[in-house]
Amino acid sequence: MIQSSSNHEPLIKLVDVHKRFDDLVVLDGIDLELKTGETTVVIGESGAGKSVILKHIVRLLKPDRGEVYYRSRRIDNLSDRALVSIRHRFGFLFQLSALFDSMTVADNVAFPIVEHSQKNKSEVADAVAEKLAMVGMDGFQHRWPADLSGGQKKRVALARAIAVDPELILYDEPTTGLDPPRADEINELILKLKHELGVTSVVVTHDMASAQKIADRIVMLYKGKFIFDGTAEAVMNTDDPRVRCFVEGRCSDEVLETLHGKQKA
Amino acid sequence: MINVFSAIGARTTSSISAFGQGAMFCWQMLRWLIPGLVQRRTWARTMPLFFEIGNRTLPVIIITGTFVGLVLAIQSFDQLSAAGFENHMGILVTVTLVQELGPVLAGVMLAGRVGGALTAELGTMRVTEQISALSVMGTDPIRQLVVPRFLACLLFAPLLTFFCDVAGSLAGWFVAVMMKGIPSGPYWYHIQSAIEGWDVMVGFTKSIVFGGAIAMIACYKGFHCRTGAEGVGKACTESFVISFITILITDFFIGTFLSGLYRGLFGFKSLI
Repeated sequence: MIQSSSNHEPLIKLVDVHKRFDDLVVLDGIDLELKTGETTVVIGESGAGKSVILKHIVRLLKPDRGEVYYRSRRIDNLSDRALVSIRHRFGFLFQLSALFDSMTVADNVAFPIVEHSQKNKSEVADAVAEKLAMVGMDGFQHRWPADLSGGQKKRVALARAIAVDPELILYDEPTTGLDPPRADEINELILKLKHELGVTSVVVTHDMASAQKIADRIVMLYKGKFIFDGTAEAVMNTDDPRVRCFVEGRCSDEVLETLHGKQKA
Repeated sequence: MINVFSAIGARTTSSISAFGQGAMFCWQMLRWLIPGLVQRRTWARTMPLFFEIGNRTLPVIIITGTFVGLVLAIQSFDQLSAAGFENHMGILVTVTLVQELGPVLAGVMLAGRVGGALTAELGTMRVTEQISALSVMGTDPIRQLVVPRFLACLLFAPLLTFFCDVAGSLAGWFVAVMMKGIPSGPYWYHIQSAIEGWDVMVGFTKSIVFGGAIAMIACYKGFHCRTGAEGVGKACTESFVISFITILITDFFIGTFLSGLYRGLFGFKSLI
């Protein structure tokens, strides 16, 4: 079992979580504790189940076995109605941004504010402008998501994710599909939100440059289990060949053999 | 042989499971619908959909109703006039439209023009994780997306039926009076004496059921489509085909039930 060394109550705790889709085992008994204020980066191959972990934290998915806790309250068995008050403590940045196509940028960011507060129109507009300013998108209120570039969409989606001042932000592959400078903008924003808002973050990524820059702690998911848990420095010095292959961005010896074998045949 | 049985078994299990999921989906929608009826926010979400559905369907339903009325009148005129009943032609055209063709055609148009678009819209929202985003923000997607669409289809279907009935009846009048020379007065008089509130009620009952069923099928298919453009396309096709079959099957059962009920309550009614 891999656990962070914390004396405090963890913000989120996953205990022995199992998940399978048909015959495919995605999570095979994982344990994870998230400390308040810490940025945890989950790395792993595409399709390894990294996003599935995030979806268990916000209960978009239920574990087949195991438990999920938010501040020592078990949440995996709660009804959707009971989850409302907990879910708006979380912000979620989706891989495809998931902005509502039928709403303007302002309405997208205002959506969670209107749903969860009694603010009047001008207060909502002020809150929207403030959140958009935090991500450098103030002035884009009347634009439509379809008119924005990939990086701008991510920034608006991030403004929406922080609209109701969450304690925890979950980032699902935040830099995927962006060019390196735009990807770095997102890294900077993640750091900025951590320092200015003091939020706890979980970032799922396979972008090692991003992981190195933002992580307080890196965990690696491999075949349904965590095979590494340590700092950004430690991940560069590990002896585990599976982690090294991933970190160095090269395919494993087994794969090389298979490929060359096939070429010969 | 074992493979055949296992395939049949797998198919049966998945069909039962899909049916159960569909029933749960309807139940969740009903749980949000009833309190939602008195909430201003529900109607604020529904009104723009009325406009959109009207815009998409009214022109086509008027054209469809008109041509079906024309064809019914043309086809029936010779036989009726040979039997000396040409003045009663309006009854045939109007009763057929009000009880049967009006609701069925309105349902088919709604399924084709609106049901497919709803499935595509919700399917795209699912594929691009917008539906998950709603859940994460503590908003129930069924309440936010399905309830207004259900209400809009449910309430718009009778209106579409009304337009189809009116267009078809006027087209029947055009053939009878303008083309075949039947006097206008007797044409309307016979219709008035034959059509009862019951006939209109039967047509509207059917259309309400069709409207609700189409909305639920379209939304369910959108919410449960597979990822990728192909998944959305497939969901749209399935949505239309299932809606179409549902319309025809429920039309038969509602028609049988209500005509039995009429006979039990009021006895046999002769139209001629």
